[in-house]
Order: sequence, then structure tokens, then C-alpha cells
Amino acid sequence: MAEIRFAGYGGQGIIRSGIIVGKGASIFDNKFATMSQAFGPEARGGACSSQLVISENKILYPYVTRPDIFVVMSQEAYEKFEPELKEDGLLLYDSDLVKLKKKREKIKLYPIPATRFAEELGNRIIANVVMLGFFTAVTKLVSKEGMEKAVADSVPPRFKELNLKAFNKGFQHAQDGN
Amino acid sequence: MKASTKGILTGTHNLSGNEACVEGAIAAGCRFLSGYPIQPAIEIMQRFLERAPEVEATYVQMEDEISALAALLGAVWTGKKGITATSGPGLSLMMEHIGLGVMLETPCVIVDVQRVGPSIGIPNSPGQGDMMQARWGSHGDYEIIALSPSSPQEMFDFTIKAFNLSERYRTPVAIMADEYVAHIREKVVIPPAKEIKIEPRNYYKGPKDKYLPFKRDKNFIPPMVDIGNGYKFHVTGLTHDDQGYPIMNEECQEYNVHPLMWKIRRYVDDIIEFQETKTEDAEVVIVSYGAPSRTALKAIKQARKSGIKVGSLKLDTVWPFPEKRITELAKKVKAFVVPEMNYGQIVLEVERCSYGNANVVFVSYAEKEVDNIDDLLSAIKQVIKEKEARKGIIEYHT
Repeated sequence: MAEIRFAGYGGQGIIRSGIIVGKGASIFDNKFATMSQAFGPEARGGACSSQLVISENKILYPYVTRPDIFVVMSQEAYEKFEPELKEDGLLLYDSDLVKLKKKREKIKLYPIPATRFAEELGNRIIANVVMLGFFTAVTKLVSKEGMEKAVADSVPPRFKELNLKAFNKGFQHAQDGN
Repeated sequence: MKASTKGILTGTHNLSGNEACVEGAIAAGCRFLSGYPIQPAIEIMQRFLERAPEVEATYVQMEDEISALAALLGAVWTGKKGITATSGPGLSLMMEHIGLGVMLETPCVIVDVQRVGPSIGIPNSPGQGDMMQARWGSHGDYEIIALSPSSPQEMFDFTIKAFNLSERYRTPVAIMADEYVAHIREKVVIPPAKEIKIEPRNYYKGPKDKYLPFKRDKNFIPPMVDIGNGYKFHVTGLTHDDQGYPIMNEECQEYNVHPLMWKIRRYVDDIIEFQETKTEDAEVVIVSYGAPSRTALKAIKQARKSGIKVGSLKLDTVWPFPEKRITELAKKVKAFVVPEMNYGQIVLEVERCSYGNANVVFVSYAEKEVDNIDDLLSAIKQVIKEKEARKGIIEYHT
């Protein structure tokens, strides 16, 4: 079982990231996934997070309190949620948007300039999908095929190609040993 | 009757509870929603609105919850199946027309995605503080049916069940969800249309000039017709006779209102559903509904590891209350432990139906996350040490 928290600010596709990974795990990989979410009253700009539990068995205990994996795309969210990450957890972060403060010894760090990569691909709105590609390669929790299907299934048809390109950009970045 | 294939998204989906509720409604043949958006129920309006064109459904955003339910009752009388969704503050406003729905014996489904109260409370914080309001909120004597889902899959299944019960018993049915169940996202399996059982409306088939809108059939349920098809009749919230005209005397009050109770009470065994886990050998049974029933299943695993035989009774139907099963279990078990996201509501019913034969412990989840099993386990460990059944409801303070 793995507990994951995605966090950033509203508008970055944080909730959507949780939905896509949940879809990949529960529909295309046939595992069990439960997602819960938290957001402020603001539609854009407020702190926002989605929590996901992925398991081989039915999930009874679905709130994430000590995540194994923390995927973060804003400084505010990093400062708010970093202390909850498990001692030996994985920290995946947008290296242009998050400046790490104190480093905990056993935490494994996985930086990626996801937003910059997205801008290079033509639209910063797909930064979360770059991050999802990276997440897939780093964690191996959901199969690449399952995630690609989930991404394709979650975006309008005309943006499918761009999103898959973004996904593979993130995936490749992890493969390249970063 | 089998469901119409139209609009049923057969397959495996990853849906939130609110979204699953809409899919359940559409599968049940619901084609009308009138509401006044409120968190944490908004996605029910949103999804219904998105899906409405495809299934030729109508969505009406009203000026408040009072009119939302009034519009719903009207739509149902024209032949639609209809639903409305709200949260505590809106449910308070709906109380007047819940009474009207009961009095006019109008089948409809009311979803209450509970947040904490009283008053406006916290819009996106889960609660179960409306359970007694659902039962007793409108004035006068009546019975109501209320279901409590604990997952997106149950939001789908119970919405269909709610429509079927409302049609069978010609009564409003409440789905008492909570913010937690409404907003989590999980796998939801939507079966093929032919596997979805739909209760058809009980229509009157006699001659037009002989129709009596409140004349009961052999099952205590008056058959309906659709308004606008040439039938002439009257409906009113005043005490009425078979024709629907007001008659203000004790005899008619008994004739009109007593069956509103009996048409439900006679069929409690048909209506009430619950899920039992490991109750056969249990010394302690956790009685729960909605989100805390997931916590209960986790707690029985943990408790059994430490050698205490704990079982779970999850109430799918909360109203009418499963009195009989609680009374039977009370004779066999040492204690009931009741976790609720409020300060004690359904626990009152558990205590009443135990007749002093078992200890009844309340564990409040009003102020803590529903995934916390520590207090539940601690209550189980303490109650197992009680020598005899104590009177009243026990609350251990940690």
C-alpha cells in the first residue's frame, strides 16, 4: 500500500493529478485507489492538495496522514505538508518553484523543472502531466501503459498528443538518471 | 422492470461519490433535478447539468431550497422521476416540503451531503449531524426512509435503491451522505442496464372518471396518474379523503394520516438492509453508518489481532431503524460501540433498542478525522472490562 500527497496551488491541476493516477491504478491497472481532496474557497491560487491511497486490496482507511510519497509544485504547499512526509519518504518537486529548506537525512529527493519543461512544450498548463510522467518512472506504482491511458482518457481529444508528449518528457527525465 | 439502456455508462469508472450519485439517478430513470447549489453537494448539480442534454433531462436552479423541493414535487406529479441535493442548511429549508411530499405521497429522492453545523458550520467538513432531522425534522407524524452510503459505489447503488423504494412506497427517500463519501474518488462499477432492477411507478389503470388519487390498493399504496392527462383531481397538504379534497375531522385524520405510518411500518423487513461482518462470535459489535463504517472494518481487524472478538453491523438503511436486529444482538453481545461524526444521534436508537441488555458506548467523530481508530479501539478495550450492562449511554474520555 502506498500513500501519496499531491500539492500545489489551485489551477496547477493538483486535484486532476490525483484523479489521473487514481484512474490509472483502479481502472487500467485493476488495483484499488481512493482519492480525497482539500482546497480553499479560491478557484485559483489557493493552497490545494489531493491525497491518494493505492493498494492491491480494498482500502478501508483512506485518509492520508503520513504519506510515503509527496509530489509538490509550490513553496507554500511544500512548507505546509513537508513535515508530514514519512522519514524515508520520496519527495518529488518542481525544482524551479520549490526551494528546499532543511534536508531530512533519509528522504529521497527527486527534482524536475516540470513547469519549465511544460513551457518549452508550448503550454505551462501541462506541467502537472510532466510531473505525472516523472512520478510514474520514479515510483513504478502504476504501469506506464496504465498511466498513458489514464492521461489520454482525462484530457480533451485535441490535447491528447500534447499531454502524452508532456508525460513522456517527465518519464524520460527520470530515466535519464535525474 | 429493467433499466432503460439510455444514458447508462456501463463499465468501470473512477468517480467521486457525488458523481456516482448522479449516475445512479440516471440509471434509475431520473430525468429531473431542481436544486440550489451548496457545498459539499455541488458536484451533483454540476454532473447532472453536464449529463442532462444526452439523456433529455431537466435541471432547474431555483431561488432557494424551499422552492427546489416544491419544484421537484411538481415535476414528479407530471410523471418524472426526480432528485434534489443539498447539505444541512438546505435540508433545514426543505423541511416544510418534505412534510408536503409525505402528505401528497410523492415519490422523490433527497440527497443530503452532510457537513458540520448548526447553521452554516464549515462548508467542506464532513458531519452526520442531520440524522435525527431527517427522521423528525418536518412537523406532524410521519415515517421516512433514509439510506446511508459509505463509498462512491454505494452512492451509485443506494441512489437506485432510493428511487425504487420511493416508487414502491410513494414516499420521499433521503440519502444521508457526508462530505467525505461525496468527495472521495474510487472505482465504481456500473452494471449493464439489464442487470439494474427498476421499480416502475404504480400507475392507475381504471377509467378516467373513476380515478381517486388517494385510494389505497391492496398494498396500502395509492396508484398515481400523471397530471395533464385529463384526470381531474385535487392535491393538498390539508388532511384529505380519497379524492384529495380537504376533510377536517378526526375520522379523516385517522383515515388519511395513519396509513402514512403503516405503509412503511408494515414493510420494514422489506425496506431495511444492513451488512454484518463477523458478528457470529462477536462480544462487541460496532454499529455504524456512512464513512465511519469504513473505520469500523479497520478497527475489527485490529481488535481481533489483540484477541477481542469484535464484529460490525453497518446500517445501509438508517430510517426506519433496524430495531429488531439490534434487540436480537443485544441479547448475545456484551456491548455495542457506536462511532458517529456528531455528538450522539443514532446511538440513542441503539441504546433504546438494546433494552438494557448490552452496554452502549458512544465514540464521537465530530472533532477528529474519520480515519482515527485509536479512540474506537480504546472504547472496545474499556467496555470489554465492564462487569455488567450499565444503564444509559457510556462515553469514555481519553
